[in-house]
Amino acid sequence: MIIAKVKPLEEIKDMVKDYPKVLNVGCAGCTAVCLAGGQKEVDTLNTQLNSSFKADKVSFQVDGFTVERQCEMQFLAELDKIAGQYNAFLSMGCGAGVQFLAERFPRIPVFPAVNTSFVGVNKDIGWYEERCSSCGDCVLGITGGICPVTMCAKGLFNGPCGGPEDGHCEVDKDIPCAWVNIYERLKEQGRLENILKIFPARDWQNQIQGKIILEPYKKRYIK
Amino acid sequence: MKSGSNLEKILSQGKFAVTGELGPPQGSDINIIKEKSKHLRGMVDAVNITDNQTAVIRMSSWAAAIVAIQEGLEPNYQMVCRDRNRLAMQSDILGAYALGIRDMLCLSGDHQIFGNHPYAKKVFDIDSMQLISMVKKMRDEGKFLNGDDIVEPPKMFIGAAANPFGDPYDFRVFRLAKKIEAGADFIQTQCIYNMDIFRNWVKQANDMGLTEKVYILAGVTPMKGVGMARYMQKNVPGLDVPDWLIKRLRGVEKKKQASEGIKICCEQIEEFKEMKGIAGVHIMAIEWEQRVPEIAEQAKLLPRPKV
Repeated sequence: MIIAKVKPLEEIKDMVKDYPKVLNVGCAGCTAVCLAGGQKEVDTLNTQLNSSFKADKVSFQVDGFTVERQCEMQFLAELDKIAGQYNAFLSMGCGAGVQFLAERFPRIPVFPAVNTSFVGVNKDIGWYEERCSSCGDCVLGITGGICPVTMCAKGLFNGPCGGPEDGHCEVDKDIPCAWVNIYERLKEQGRLENILKIFPARDWQNQIQGKIILEPYKKRYIK
Repeated sequence: MKSGSNLEKILSQGKFAVTGELGPPQGSDINIIKEKSKHLRGMVDAVNITDNQTAVIRMSSWAAAIVAIQEGLEPNYQMVCRDRNRLAMQSDILGAYALGIRDMLCLSGDHQIFGNHPYAKKVFDIDSMQLISMVKKMRDEGKFLNGDDIVEPPKMFIGAAANPFGDPYDFRVFRLAKKIEAGADFIQTQCIYNMDIFRNWVKQANDMGLTEKVYILAGVTPMKGVGMARYMQKNVPGLDVPDWLIKRLRGVEKKKQASEGIKICCEQIEEFKEMKGIAGVHIMAIEWEQRVPEIAEQAKLLPRPKV
């Protein structure tokens, strides 16, 4: 899922301080699961904002509304009736959600309340780790299910570099070396030949905005 | 001849090669390069010109390499994958060759987090293995990476690095094999201190027939004293500094530790000269270029052959 982290309160305040009435839009999708932007986080942030602006003696009101997913127009449509009451939106969805919300309501300024950080996993309660860079050309089948683009600090395809020691990456003792792990796993599976051959320079697929239209729908969307 | 460089001639004639290292200045003062060049001239067959080593900004390696040529040295132009994509790399290689550079060392590069711009955006469009293949393709096929023809292809003598001491140890010789397959003509190793591990790595390379396909230059860095040895043991990733070395340096009084470090280095070089599969030595006297003549003299590497 997409992992996000709430921005510092001061930064959020600075973005919305000139708008007396704001709607904070939560997302019940990924950012809710990683405890950054669901209904609970909307309530918490709103309480903080209201009390902080009150202490500053600034006239400010923020309400909350959490939609199922900000990355789907049908759920954003739920806001149509109330949107007109607000001077600005805060969004606690990921960067895609923020943009889709802004696209739905182009006349209302939208501000992100979270920093969208990565595609990751839930290691444990409150502990998230990146696993995927959405590079658009998955090689996990070759590399034993460990992503060299994401998990190697240099994104090497023919690793390991000269840096790993005791299984960890040279940049941080707490980060395991992706290529040591790839080597160990493939060795265990008897598939070391995968990394004995040279992996050629790749054609990076994610250099322009990604777009996928499924085959059966092409007729509908492509004129 | 692949590039016809001095280094290639020395190695192909079976002479024990010596390379040095010159770090470009953190500024645009050419005199610093000239000063360092003075100590290396006549002492080495080629000199590595580092490319923003440890991710700290320095004068570009190709520019410093040109100054080195003007100072009578043959540069081994280092290029890392951290700062350039394939477009910039190929255009720099064309320019470097046009201006007289004939040796090139292809590296991944230290991660930017170690340097003075830790939040720079990394590139790593291609990795060191793919860079080696690309330089070989440019030279042998006269084509860019995309297959387009090059008018007057750059003919480089292609170098690569190897670290026999990194994790996972068992894989290191296979990585060497990959670099040879990719197109490496010569290898310069990480600084060697643990001779047992190094001997074993070279033996593996010999057994696999790799040393018949590539020239391996053993990397050495003389220790200036106990402080440096301890620092390198603790803080430099991928280095193996055994305790005996620190003990030996500690065994002499502080003033004589630098000479002891050089003595150890020269003893290593003596062994490399006799070691099957080793074609030369790469002396990385980091910010200590002025001691290279002493090392070359003491290790009986002089005079350098004229080829």
